Amino acid sequence: MQFDVRLFALYRERAGSSVVTVDVPDDATVGVLSDAVRALYPRLAPPEVRIVVAVNAEYADDDQALNPGDEVCLIPPVSGGRG
Amino acid sequence: MIILTDEPLDPVAVTDSVRKDGNGAVVTFLGTTRDNFGGKTVTRLEYEAYDVMAIKKLEEVRDSLCADYGIEDIAIAHRTGRVDVGYISLVVAVASPHRVKAFEACHEAVNRIKTIVPIWKKEWFADGSRWVACEDHEFTDEAEHHHAHAERHTAAVGDD
Repeated sequence: MQFDVRLFALYRERAGSSVVTVDVPDDATVGVLSDAVRALYPRLAPPEVRIVVAVNAEYADDDQALNPGDEVCLIPPVSGGRG
Repeated sequence: MIILTDEPLDPVAVTDSVRKDGNGAVVTFLGTTRDNFGGKTVTRLEYEAYDVMAIKKLEEVRDSLCADYGIEDIAIAHRTGRVDVGYISLVVAVASPHRVKAFEACHEAVNRIKTIVPIWKKEWFADGSRWVACEDHEFTDEAEHHHAHAERHTAAVGDD
């Protein structure tokens, strides 16, 4: 399956692009897809950091299955409670 | 009322949208661009949103707070793009029959917005910028070394 993965903010800047196309096996999970993006862009996040993923505008666990046509986005940390 | 816009926000309009005769208290929070962070001068902020999901999550914040606090309506407006010092980036208005719940719900609304809504804030300084809350994404020297190695590999296979 092929996905055009959207990147925002920190991830968009580090990848130098707001969309990254990745090919994953048909039974791929969210975790597999996020690993595929990281393999293309090792600079996206340090290895120890989990990248949060949204599928169809909802937060997704790494073991969630993907379906063709899903809208997948990588979500950097949001502003937090400091403001 | 849920608004996500790159235009200046109108706190009076947002506040008026939740006013009803059965409510004796209205609390409105304004988030504004502060001119400093960590001793450095901030020149402006920049907000980026995943629009569709941000609106969905703002609606979730509103609906969950209305249920949790027994409140009829909460209005939220968030600005995106460049927001200069002193300007408003967030308006949250809560109306309630009594003030205590209005204060509490407004405070909690801001907490939830900053936790679950995919809107990112970048601080601009005279000498650079940083994405707020991304501290755990800094690379250590070791990771940088690994990265440099990986990049050379990528370049070698012409896959970048």
